[in-house]
Amino acid sequence: MADTSQLLGNLRMFWFLGRRGSTASERIKKKRKFGVIFWLAASWISIMLVATISTNFITFPDPLSQDYNALSAPWSMDHLLGTDHLGRDMFSRIVFGAATSFKIAFTSPFIGMAIGLCLGLSAGYFRGRVDSAVSIFIDSILAFPNIVLAIAILFYAGANIFNLVMVIAFYTIPQFTRISRANTMLYAQREFVVAARAQGASHLRILLRELLPNVIVPVAAYSLLIMSFTIALEGTLSFLGVGLPPPDPTWGQMISDGVEELEEDAFISMVPSFFMFMTILALNLMGDRMRQFTDVKASSA
Amino acid sequence: MADNQSIEPPLLEVNNLFTHFDTPRGIAHAVDGVSFTLERGRTLGIVGESGSGKSVLSRTIIDILAKDGSVLHEGEILFEGRDLRQLPEKEMREIRGREIAMVFQDPMSSLNPVKKIGKQITEVLTKRLGMTKQAAKLRAAELIDSVGIPDAEQQLTRFPMHLSGGMRQRVAIAIAMACEPKLLIADEPTTALDVTIQAQILDLLREQQRERDMSVILITHNLGIVSGYTDDVAVMYAGRIAERCGTDELIAHPRMPYTEALMNSAPALSDPPHTRLNAIPGLPPNLLNVPPGCRFHARCPYVQDKCKSDMPELLAEDNPAHTFACWHPLANGKANEVASGGIQ
Repeated sequence: MADTSQLLGNLRMFWFLGRRGSTASERIKKKRKFGVIFWLAASWISIMLVATISTNFITFPDPLSQDYNALSAPWSMDHLLGTDHLGRDMFSRIVFGAATSFKIAFTSPFIGMAIGLCLGLSAGYFRGRVDSAVSIFIDSILAFPNIVLAIAILFYAGANIFNLVMVIAFYTIPQFTRISRANTMLYAQREFVVAARAQGASHLRILLRELLPNVIVPVAAYSLLIMSFTIALEGTLSFLGVGLPPPDPTWGQMISDGVEELEEDAFISMVPSFFMFMTILALNLMGDRMRQFTDVKASSA
Repeated sequence: MADNQSIEPPLLEVNNLFTHFDTPRGIAHAVDGVSFTLERGRTLGIVGESGSGKSVLSRTIIDILAKDGSVLHEGEILFEGRDLRQLPEKEMREIRGREIAMVFQDPMSSLNPVKKIGKQITEVLTKRLGMTKQAAKLRAAELIDSVGIPDAEQQLTRFPMHLSGGMRQRVAIAIAMACEPKLLIADEPTTALDVTIQAQILDLLREQQRERDMSVILITHNLGIVSGYTDDVAVMYAGRIAERCGTDELIAHPRMPYTEALMNSAPALSDPPHTRLNAIPGLPPNLLNVPPGCRFHARCPYVQDKCKSDMPELLAEDNPAHTFACWHPLANGKANEVASGGIQ
């Protein structure tokens, strides 16, 4: 196999000689390709990320300063996406709002994943009483109307970025738990787990060394889908006014600001809506493709 | 053998072992009063149909069945004189892998698909034997080499999916050998492999056994494997041992009708084409609801009234090393007189 892969590597140097892959492994490679849609989605996310990061190096118009000469202005060279009803630069606000969204999208799912993996692994491996306890916990999270509980927590604990991340992470736990539980159950029945027991491995070792490396792949693939969920949830909370407090721009808040002006200038809430829609769509498309690659049912068939 | 009067206790002595599963539909009598001894350096074959309790027996010995209260045990498992059933889990973990190792049926799933072969072997060596990473790597290559896989160093960097079934089973054996166990339990190690590879794997097991003076329990449903590779045989039927003796003795003079039926059901190469297979009529008893009397009575061609009411014990007749559980055993060497017209 090492020889063959070396050979393939050498052949790949001469890719221009024969563009059509006709060998079996080439065809498999082709099937593994991500596709145009995935790369379009990935570029959108990359552009958003680069823009967000570039705020540290390039001076953007201050998203908070008001330009009283241009209230609800259309797009121009001064204001790339126009201004809102208070004369604040929309482009700048979108970029700074993206920072909030991405901060949450890149932290909450991982906190949720860590907790969900612990719960899912132990439920799927030990079954029995542990499984019932975890299921009851998950069901009780799901039984609360989620927005209402989040509003309650943020209202009392205070809406800062840390609390927001934690509350949103809390809502990703059930999904991660379910995915990791299902995958753990699948692998726990494989003989290599029994073999590890027969080799004298402790339960903890089996969970961390045998099951986790197998389970983490599909779970990680799912995290892109969860990221889009967290962006939507953050947007919803901000829209409802329990997200980050007003001066800092967030997409949800921008939409909510625009709603008041919907009749005069629909653009003010359309622009952030469009960016949020595109970002969520891009994450979903990427996540779906990743999930397909790691889906046990699809890949083993 | 059993009549060898040594002061040292036998390597493994199982006394009146029961393993019952508490299922929603009742209690399944998977292992129901099994006793046997295994001396050092010998190979015991355990033969039986699917569901006769062979695998449950092996998993009970190494204690890897679920511990959620649905599995009920009774009896003694003396390993070098220590009762494994009384040992706390921590000490049992020391015995697993180190003293008693196991090789499983399906090499396709008995290796972790996301870990390199090398890592799977060195992990055992570093964690269990406290070797350094460097030493473990060298030892792993040695082990891989000793199970007849060429290019050992190269193989360590591969994933299980790169290897064929036979190769994977060799790797599984190498992992089992890593801690130099005193007892190896091979649970149908060749069932998932094709016949030529089967012979190679069994030869390998025998070679490893001789080199390390290890005892082996070879679980199989194939009498051919038993006759070629074991010293002693225990025939299991519905959770109990039906007959136990030396392999040659069993092949030459089976006493229990079930053993005879098993032998007859194996097709012979000398049979002309289109010979009907001699299947044993009926099905093994439902382990949830075991009938009284001899467990084989419903399928036995020589069945008498006593067989239906009283359970025979595993006893010897003239040869103390040959025990069987039957009220009306086959005569030594030839078929039972009642048998004429029974099994062909």
